[in-house]
Order: sequence, then C-alpha cells, then structure tokens
Amino acid sequence: MPEKIKFFIDGKECLAERGQTIYEAAKANGVYIPILCHFEGLKPVGSCRICSVRVNGRWMASCTQPVTEGMMVENQTPEVEEYRKAIIEMLFVEGNHFCPTCEKSGNCELQALAYRYQIMVPRFPYLFPRKDVEAFPTFLLDHNRCVQCRRCVRAIETKDGRKIFAMKNRSGQVRINVDRKLAAKMSEEEAQKAMEICPVGAILKKEVGFKVPIGKRKYDFKPIGSEIEEKSEGVKNE
Amino acid sequence: MSKPVIATASLAGCFGCHMSILDIDERILDLIELVEFDKSPIDDIKNFSRPVDIGLIEGGCCNSENVEVLRAFRKNCRILISVGECAIMGGLPAMRNTIPLRECLEEAYLHSPTVAPEDAVIPHDEELPLILNRAYPCHEIVKVDYFLPGCPPNADLIWEALTALLQGRPLKIDYPILKYD
Repeated sequence: MPEKIKFFIDGKECLAERGQTIYEAAKANGVYIPILCHFEGLKPVGSCRICSVRVNGRWMASCTQPVTEGMMVENQTPEVEEYRKAIIEMLFVEGNHFCPTCEKSGNCELQALAYRYQIMVPRFPYLFPRKDVEAFPTFLLDHNRCVQCRRCVRAIETKDGRKIFAMKNRSGQVRINVDRKLAAKMSEEEAQKAMEICPVGAILKKEVGFKVPIGKRKYDFKPIGSEIEEKSEGVKNE
Repeated sequence: MSKPVIATASLAGCFGCHMSILDIDERILDLIELVEFDKSPIDDIKNFSRPVDIGLIEGGCCNSENVEVLRAFRKNCRILISVGECAIMGGLPAMRNTIPLRECLEEAYLHSPTVAPEDAVIPHDEELPLILNRAYPCHEIVKVDYFLPGCPPNADLIWEALTALLQGRPLKIDYPILKYD
C-alpha cells in the first residue's frame, strides 16, 4: 500500500493518498468542500472558485490543488465561507435565475448552495442580461441560467469522441456554443445525461418538465454536502 | 405599552405572499394578540393612521404607483421587510427586464394573436400609473431592512421572522423552510 500523507483541515487531522486533490481528500475524510464546476469523473478545471480554501494565507481551488505533507487547510472559517457566499451571489445576479419558473428548482446545485449558505438576498445589483434560449430536437439550452461551469463541454461527446458543447468569446461575453449538427442527433439518453451533468437548469431534456414533485426533490430537506458530513458523523458514532 | 403595529402591501405581486401570511393558520389568533394591523389589504385599511413598526412588502416595483406606495411605507415604517421573490429580485414581472419596454408593450397590445387589429392601442390613459422601464427589486428603490425569500415564502419562515423580530431574538431558520420557489 502506498504511504499516506498527513494534512489538516480546520485543525482536524486528515490522511490523503499522494497526488489526491484537497477536495477528494477532504471528502474521503468526511469533510465537505462545496463544488459547482467540478463533477466527479471529469477532469477538474477550477473555474468557479466555489471550492476555494486558504492554505498558508493563499487562496487555492481545492478541486485542482493536490495535497502536500503537513498542509494546513482553512475550509469552514468565516473568511472562506464569506468569500464563497459572495461568488454564489455574483452567479445569481449575473444570469437570470428565476427559481419559481425553473424546472431544475429543488434539484439545482447553485440554488442548493445558496440554501446551504442561507442567502436571503444578493449584496450585488441584478444585471438582467439579455440572453437567448436555443432549442434542439431532444433538449433546450437556456443561456439565462448557464453559469459557464464547462461540465457539458467536458462530459458530452458523440460515440466517435467529438465534442458537442464548447465555449466561445471571452470574459463577460463568454457563453456555451453548440455544434448544431451534432446536437440535432443527440438521443433521449444523451439529452438525459447532459441534463444531469448540468448543475443548473440551463440544459433541460424536452417533454419531462417538473417530473419530481415538491417534497421529493434532491435538496428539499437536506443541504447539499450533508451526505458527506453524515458519513463522517456515522464513523465517529461507531 | 401599546402593541406593535404591522402594515402590509402588495405592489407588483400576485397576493400569493399575503396568502402565505394567512397560511400561518391558527397562529393568526396568537398574532392578533401580539400585534395590531394598520394599512393592509387584510383589514382593508387604505391609509396609514399612525407610525408603523413593521412593514411587509410583497412584489417589486413595475409602475409609478408601486414606487409611491413603497416610499410611503419606508416613511411610515420603522422596519421594512421584502417578502417573496418579486420584492427581492423583481420575480416574474422582472422576466421582461431583458426585453426593451417598447418591444414588450407592442407584443402585448399590438401584435398579440388575441388583439383585434382595429382596436390595437398601447394603453396611455393619464389615470393609469406610468409603467417603469423595468421591474425593480424594492431595495433598489428604498432601503429595505430584512428579506424573506420564497415564491411564496413558507408560512413558517414568515412566522419565525415576525416572532423573532417581536421578541428581539436572532432568526433561526430550519433548512427546509428556506426555499426560493
């Protein structure tokens, strides 16, 4: 067995495999670090910065940063949590996130993070940008809700390995661009996968709206991340 | 000591948030023991008769009348609370915010399939409040002290906020009662 390395999260002693990222190692030790652009099984890109932690006074994206021996990670400190909260609020004002009309409401990771941090109102003014909605045979792409996490860019490919989603433009104009010919051929299963990979309601499979009733949705009763924290409490109680 | 006074208003809202206030069910009997109501659609009092302690605002600002009522509330209320998504971020009426006003009005009153072309006119009677260029969240017009999200906010959240405020204790939110839909 390869030797494990010791590190600390908020003073708690943790063990990690060599080469493991801070996010992965924290999860293995029952500590939740919030993520949005990262999705397990995909190559992390560290674009949303929700998973930011502080190590030796420096900000790092825990989904891309590997653990080193003796690392002291600040995760649930007031400063780090406030920084994450500000990012979530920025994402809310930069798009058009009308939760009451969104099919993803209750299963949305952006919304779930806002619930976890009990955000009552964003501190920034709403921008109400004009964005469009694109329709394809099996799914819809609503740019109003897109948070540019690039999960669809990384995860969705045709059988012969061609990308269907890509990014175009830069900075404030950045948006998802779709290969219309390939997207037109996406099957129902592929559309389902794209919808599940999307953390918000930007990619929606057609003709299945509001399928899960209120009270049975993913984040109705338990905050996002509680599945990781509960596992750690279970270990403690044994 | 006299009871604290509450006032409520529905601006560009659907009265859903007022229905949610009534959803506190039998606790409304406790509430009327604790407070008195002034200007509100619930008791149909049209004008402020005294200084108010807590003002509850449903809906954002879509027209000049909404702005006038909101400013009157800020002037008369010690504490002002935005209740619901429309008051907080404009809500459904703010879905027009990404589209220029003229385009919206022409679509609704001139080009809509249910409009008879011969009487097609954009309403402009001087009796009507002037429509604003977009829907505004209340805190972009006046200072708002507290926010209760939801569409509508859960009755338990409204109850918890009111009782915490009346008892002068910090708000304690159980996870399931804070929702944006």
